[in-house]
Amino acid sequence: MDSTTSSPISPRRRPTGPREGRKHTPKVSRKGLYQRAIRDAFTKLNLRQMVKNPVMFLVWVGTIITALLTIDPALFGTVPGENLRVFNGLITIILFLTVLFANFAEAVAEGRGKAQADALRSTKSDTLARKLLNDGSIQEVSSTTLRRGDRVQVIAGDLIPADGEVIAGVASVDESAITGESAPVLKEPGSDVASSVTGGTRIISDELTIQITADPGKGFIDRMISLVEGAERSKTPNEIALTVLLAVLTLVFLLVIATLPFLANYVQSPVSVAILIALLVALIPTTIGGLLSAIGIAGMDRVAQFNVIATSGRAVEACGDVNTLVLDKTGTITLGNRLAEEFIPVKEHSEDDVAKVAFAASIFDQTPEGKSIVRLANKLGSALEFDWSKAEAVDFSAKTRMSGTNLPHGVEVRKGAVEAIKGFVRSRNGQIPTDLDAAYERVSRLGGTPLAVALNGDIYGVIYLKDIIKPGIKERFDQLRRMGVRTIMLTGDNQITAAVIAQEAGVDDFIAEATPEDKIAVIQREQAAGKLVAMTGDGTNDAPALAQANVGVAMNSGTQAAKEAANMVDLDSDPTKLIDIVAIGKQLLITRGALTTFSIANDIAKYFAIIPVIFTAAGIERLNIMNLASTQSAVLSALIYNALIIPALIPLALTGVKFRPLNANQLLQRNILLYGLGGVVAPFVAIKVIDVVIAAVGLG
Amino acid sequence: MFIVRDIIKAIRITFVLWLLTAVIYPLIMIVIGQVFFPFQANGSIVQNLEGQNVGSALIGQVFTSDRYFHSRPSAVNYSSFTQQERDPENIGQRTGVSGASNFAPSNPDLLARINETAAQLEERGILPTADLIYASGSGLDPHITVEAAFNQLEQVAKARNLSPDEITPLIAKHTQGRFLWIFGEPGVNVLNLNRELDVLQAPLE
Amino acid sequence: MLQGFFQIALTLIILAVIAPVFGKYMARVFLKKSTLFNRAINPIERFIFAVAGVRYKDNMTGRQYIQAILISNLVMGVFVFSLLMLQGLLPLNPTILNAPSWDLALHTAISFVTNTNQQHYSGETTYSYASQMLALCFLMFTSAATGLAVGIAFIRGLTGRLLGNFYVDLTLSITRILLPISFCGALLLLLAGVPETLASPAIVTTLEGTTQTIARGPVAHFEIIKQLGENGGGFFGINSAHPFENPNTFTNLLATITMLSIPMSLIFTYGIFANNTKQAWLLFWMVFSIFIVLVGITAVAEYQGNLFVNNTIFGGEQPNLEGKEVRFGWAQTALWAVSTTATMCGAVNGMHDSLMPTGGFSTLFNMFLQIIWGGQGTGTAYLFIYSILTVFITGLMVGRTPEFLGRKIEKKEIVLASLVLLVHPIFVLIPSAIALSFPDTLAGISNPGFHGLSQVVYEYTSASANNGSGFEGLGDATLWWNLSTSISLLGGRYIPIIALLLLADSMAHKQPVPETAGTLRTDTLLFTSVTAGVILILGVLTFFPVLALGPIAEGFQLLRN
Repeated sequence: MDSTTSSPISPRRRPTGPREGRKHTPKVSRKGLYQRAIRDAFTKLNLRQMVKNPVMFLVWVGTIITALLTIDPALFGTVPGENLRVFNGLITIILFLTVLFANFAEAVAEGRGKAQADALRSTKSDTLARKLLNDGSIQEVSSTTLRRGDRVQVIAGDLIPADGEVIAGVASVDESAITGESAPVLKEPGSDVASSVTGGTRIISDELTIQITADPGKGFIDRMISLVEGAERSKTPNEIALTVLLAVLTLVFLLVIATLPFLANYVQSPVSVAILIALLVALIPTTIGGLLSAIGIAGMDRVAQFNVIATSGRAVEACGDVNTLVLDKTGTITLGNRLAEEFIPVKEHSEDDVAKVAFAASIFDQTPEGKSIVRLANKLGSALEFDWSKAEAVDFSAKTRMSGTNLPHGVEVRKGAVEAIKGFVRSRNGQIPTDLDAAYERVSRLGGTPLAVALNGDIYGVIYLKDIIKPGIKERFDQLRRMGVRTIMLTGDNQITAAVIAQEAGVDDFIAEATPEDKIAVIQREQAAGKLVAMTGDGTNDAPALAQANVGVAMNSGTQAAKEAANMVDLDSDPTKLIDIVAIGKQLLITRGALTTFSIANDIAKYFAIIPVIFTAAGIERLNIMNLASTQSAVLSALIYNALIIPALIPLALTGVKFRPLNANQLLQRNILLYGLGGVVAPFVAIKVIDVVIAAVGLG
Repeated sequence: MFIVRDIIKAIRITFVLWLLTAVIYPLIMIVIGQVFFPFQANGSIVQNLEGQNVGSALIGQVFTSDRYFHSRPSAVNYSSFTQQERDPENIGQRTGVSGASNFAPSNPDLLARINETAAQLEERGILPTADLIYASGSGLDPHITVEAAFNQLEQVAKARNLSPDEITPLIAKHTQGRFLWIFGEPGVNVLNLNRELDVLQAPLE
Repeated sequence: MLQGFFQIALTLIILAVIAPVFGKYMARVFLKKSTLFNRAINPIERFIFAVAGVRYKDNMTGRQYIQAILISNLVMGVFVFSLLMLQGLLPLNPTILNAPSWDLALHTAISFVTNTNQQHYSGETTYSYASQMLALCFLMFTSAATGLAVGIAFIRGLTGRLLGNFYVDLTLSITRILLPISFCGALLLLLAGVPETLASPAIVTTLEGTTQTIARGPVAHFEIIKQLGENGGGFFGINSAHPFENPNTFTNLLATITMLSIPMSLIFTYGIFANNTKQAWLLFWMVFSIFIVLVGITAVAEYQGNLFVNNTIFGGEQPNLEGKEVRFGWAQTALWAVSTTATMCGAVNGMHDSLMPTGGFSTLFNMFLQIIWGGQGTGTAYLFIYSILTVFITGLMVGRTPEFLGRKIEKKEIVLASLVLLVHPIFVLIPSAIALSFPDTLAGISNPGFHGLSQVVYEYTSASANNGSGFEGLGDATLWWNLSTSISLLGGRYIPIIALLLLADSMAHKQPVPETAGTLRTDTLLFTSVTAGVILILGVLTFFPVLALGPIAEGFQLLRN
């Protein structure tokens, strides 16, 4: 995390940290993308596709009618005026471009996903797999025939044929195809995190026996492909509601325009069909209608750019609404590794004694914590006082909650949770020192994790393992709070430690000594209060909580079960990203709202451009406040503005409105000024300018 | 069959509410009106010296004679008719009518009518005021503006051989002021004023 | 001129003082809290519920509520239609009037049952005392109470409560709000000179010897509910311009205040239901501001008068008094015209047809929007429909899916809310286009040119908005007008009511989302201003062409002359 403490959360900024130096997921060539988008824009003209977007469909129908009117201007009865064919032709061209621009916007947005999908697809080739039969023999089969439950054997150099769980063997696997991370990952059975493998990744050492967990075409890569490609993109609830509103507005305008000629005829101020169509197109919300799906696709795409795969647009949208983030302390709020800070002796022991015992207990400990204990002990001058080749490691287990070393001559040194060590000492008939609890509490109050160290039945003291809170995290939580998002920290630490860390990190609430069940309980409690909850998780026991949460982000390093339960998978396995995803969700919604507001606000200027000039016979030319040159130039200016605003806004639709972590009122104020008031004013200026140009060129 | 039950319930509530709002409530009001405020309740009918009903204190009348102050133009001739105009087929003569011209400001017919009225006023030597030029809303407007009354003062005084000073206090007397001196516009009740003029000049018996 | 604006301002100040108090009272009534008159009213209500077989505590779902409204309104409509058709046989018919034509009776029944009171007849010459008192006055109470019930049920749903029981709400509206106030108001009117008699018209010989027929009848009790219930159907043809309906400036003030009081106060009733008085005040001032602008421009135009007449006759500025009464003058008539179209009352104390084009613009604009106070109950509900649409359009800009009062606005809500947007275009623009296509056979236009277009559009708008006022020069007593406006009346009334109640039902059953810093607060000045902007933009977008070809074109035409 860089120290941009005062800068806003920007979803476009890549968080640094664990993913630093990572090469980026499939690169997409910009030029190819646009060429493809232009091609797609034309194929989308197909009526069956157009009908899905009622607004643009109407424009398309209008284009066809004006095209007919270009051929025969008197199709619906003779109309007065000069150069009608040229005028109608121009309208037809502009309308056609309007449709094309809208299609182009969608195609560009889809293009990025498609390119990414292509890159993914290339990793997915039909390979031969060695299927283990029940009798133990091996049969070579095509990877596409593998079913859930089948077992296969893979050896160094093979592509893993399908998603599965490692059931035997230890091997390193290159997962760069999906994560972009070039460093190989260790895979072994039994462990929550390291036992799942993904089809399409490559085993680069040793061999594994894998139980397949996905039927053909349903694997992780298949899902990713269809997701990034948007083939199965279904509209989100909010998008559907907005589409309904836009359709109703369109219907309202259709009614207004369809009845207008009868009214106009009565006051002897008839208008031509071509102008009515132009007016209709100018009024219906083409801007948002044309950009709506692009905004949605781009939102998903932005999440994907962030190396997070969302299973649905709904999930991205839900991110914007999240009220509560449930975060694991370790890895999210604090750096994953705690470091030994101090040895605190108890009873008559000295600090050096503690250091010595701690050192002995940690020589086999390869965890960062263990290494930091060795480092601290060395600093204090401890040296190895026994032949470590004769010593025996005692590994940490969740059951004993301690680890250590069995030295020669039956000497046992242990370090571990204070309660666990107390139990150990009691079992060796030792005494619990009276000042142990004081030392334990002191460490807890500092926000550290206390580890007791013991030699046989004697507790020597406590190691103070310091939790390192990620730099800048407090500011991020502040920003979240301003956006109205509460954070709840979950930790296995004791109450006191948890409270201190919660205070330092600035989370709103915490659950100490948390079990996986607590996670679900917290989520359910929040949801019962009507809140939307987001969480991250990786273990199999997180799966229920991930499924329960409204936004569940599974780490790619996590188990298959977790990934299936979640609605997003973070390929970089960086839990901090949850915060950025929330910002992306909000940005998506803001963009949609801003362009809707802008689109509707635009209509006022278009009315003032067109209505006064087409009803000059009714004597309302004084309403022509823009003083547009002529009927034809006014209509064309409004239409040209209407068409050009779509490509002009494509970049905004794709990158999204810049999101600032402000409260709702401030955000509304800012955006309403920009897109509401701006939406009223901008077209007046733009239409006038276009009119001047048209008049100068002499088109009008 | 739920629908039948709902319909029966609707009929029952209709009946009981009808009884309350359309029978009991009006009956109480009619009784109170007839017992305690019979004058108002029966239309504020006023009489002349002979005790004959000559109109309502609240409803205007047509005046054509120079001896009377004239009312505003009416689209329905103040719901009155002469002996020659009597027409048994005309329901309005039996029931009374009200009405306005409903001319839009842009209607040429309005201008034609206004020009005609203006010409008549000019003929009588009366300065036009808005209320004397424009027709009233009800066609029964009992009032004219104070200004319109004073504009007619000289002509009426002359026709009655009175000095205007004798009539002026009567105009003030029959001017209905603003409610609480704030709401609405002052208006001179033409019928009451003219009745008073008749009383003033009544032949002594 | 200043005096005129002073009286307008004072009237509005009185209303702004009354509204919060009255709104609180209505909230108490519908929250079933005890009120001052409990003791007197409780036995009456118990009797009503017993006779009607209504269980006081039963709650209805949205669907049941709608069904109860439709069925009861149908029963009442059929009942009144029958009474009207039987007029010739019934007593209390001193002027021996025959039954009206079936289409007129149908239109009248529909018009009154929908709280519109659009009248294609003149009361004196068409309906007997029995018809006015036993049929029309009855519907004035029940249609107003139906509107109130819908408004209250909508507010209940919006604020997360169960919708309640239609029959209970209907009854409470009458027994605790409409009837007590009508009773007191009718007494005041009676005192001020409004007749209340069963005697036949007075036939008198005027001072100049002509015969004058003075129509009268049981007016006072009819008049007050006409105003209070936003009904607007006059006892006499010329409505509140008639000296017997509105004899002096006191009755005019009383009528103006009763006309505006319920729609204004309901906003505060909402405030109490939502436990958010601040939002109620903000909404109140928002509507108030739009209202004041419309009153202002209308009044100024009437004061300045008809340019052409001023030039040729007066040689100076004289107010436009065509179709106005001297006692009300330009100020009170302008205030009334804007108020009556704002509140969907539809009573008139001066002729709208003869208003200056600005007045035509304001009155039409009011009926297009339907929220500048709006109809009895429904107006306040529409206000929240616009709030919901505003939340939906602009609310996204705070980065959350839109929610109103903590409840998510989703597809269903948008479908129902936008249905309301569609009603006017369908029931105003389409029939207007048809009528204007056959100006000679169908339209019955009496004023030429742009104003003629306004006449037709006004008639359908008035029907669809359930207002009832008219550009009365229009020859509307024809089969075409009776039937076509009946469709607009029904569509404009029941489609929104169905949508409103379904919307309320759906909102009531949503899990509310707790408010955080990220929640868009709807009780801020900013949001209220944005709502005003959305209302004006949506309104203008839909009706700008009509307004441009009607009153705006007429205005320019007058300026050119």
